[in-house]
Amino acid sequence: MTILLFTLILLGGAFLAGLLGSLTGLGGGVVIIPLLTLVFHTDIRYAIGTALVASIATSSGSAAAYVKEGITNIRLGMFLEIATTTGAVVGALIAVYMPTNIVAIIFGLVLIFSSVMSFRKKMEFPAGHSDSKAAEQLRLNGTYPSDGEMVNYKVHHVPGGYFMMTFAGIMSGLLGIGSGALKVMAMDNIMRIPFKVSTTTSNFMIGVTAAASAVVYLQRGYISPGLCMPVVLGVLAGAFAGSRLLTRANVKGLRIVFSVVIGLLALQMIYNGITGKL
Amino acid sequence: MKQALAKYFRDKDIQQLIGKQLRIGVIVSSIIVFIGGVIYLVRHGHEHPSYGDFTGVREGLANLPGIWQGVMENKGMNIIQLGIVLLIATPIIRIAFSVIAFLIEKDYLYVGITLLVLGIILFSMLGGLAG
Repeated sequence: MTILLFTLILLGGAFLAGLLGSLTGLGGGVVIIPLLTLVFHTDIRYAIGTALVASIATSSGSAAAYVKEGITNIRLGMFLEIATTTGAVVGALIAVYMPTNIVAIIFGLVLIFSSVMSFRKKMEFPAGHSDSKAAEQLRLNGTYPSDGEMVNYKVHHVPGGYFMMTFAGIMSGLLGIGSGALKVMAMDNIMRIPFKVSTTTSNFMIGVTAAASAVVYLQRGYISPGLCMPVVLGVLAGAFAGSRLLTRANVKGLRIVFSVVIGLLALQMIYNGITGKL
Repeated sequence: MKQALAKYFRDKDIQQLIGKQLRIGVIVSSIIVFIGGVIYLVRHGHEHPSYGDFTGVREGLANLPGIWQGVMENKGMNIIQLGIVLLIATPIIRIAFSVIAFLIEKDYLYVGITLLVLGIILFSMLGGLAG
């Protein structure tokens, strides 16, 4: 296979990943690593570097739209970024000492978790009152526009959310993914933020978290231009197309199919990790 | 009520600005990556890719002076890498922007929090963590 053909196939694959990722809300980065390692037999370290860059691209691209609409809670995002960036730096440090097959196994497990999470019933907690002093002092409580009205919400369990975010950051730094599912879980289930706010705020944070470990990986030689070029351009084009289609597509069926595909890829990653092929 | 309204609008201006900066960052870096990609493919498209064994990127692609030197020599790989570096810088610049935004709002608590996040990233960048 020549570089030209390799690049074109990868571009197509990344476009599909970005399209499905944005339609299903699972993010484009999750399929980049299995695509590169299982299909193109790329070393997992190059795959991690490439996926990190791809997640910065999609996160920044879509955060631009959400931030403008005023749904993102910028203060909450900024505060929790202390946790995720610290975690990301720790994750990037651990990655040096961790055998690549263990990284592959952990990646597979997180992938399965992410696809299961996309099926869970979304619970909306009543606005109610929160006795969280930390949320008050840090001015984390906010409002978001819904049907032309501003809805108030309170943030609960700040320390618990902060802890979970540190873990999400470590996973992001170690595996090169946005770990959006972990971030959303911290905000939905622990901090009890409306999911419209948690999804966009998590997305807003992914770029910064990924950048914190990407600067380490760049210096380590994990970020290869020959791989990043088709993947970044493909994922961005796919995500853009996805956001255009979103209002018309039947997302539910698609999400089931995509989650099953991700689950199978995850099992393959785990299997290859255990047998030492990755 | 009046105060709350004023606060909402101030926040909104900042959000518009951050949104614009993120979008410009992504667009500009994609254009650079695309230009570098065309040059790279024209010159090396017929060669064979080798990513199966990890050797790290070649000399000059893992640090800023090296990347820039190659850009001056019109090397496709280096131009792509310049675009990638700009993409990585986009959310970092966004944080720097937020520091200024919180300063204008006189929200010193968040000036501090934002500077802390920026500090962690700078430490990651310059702390010799690459090993």
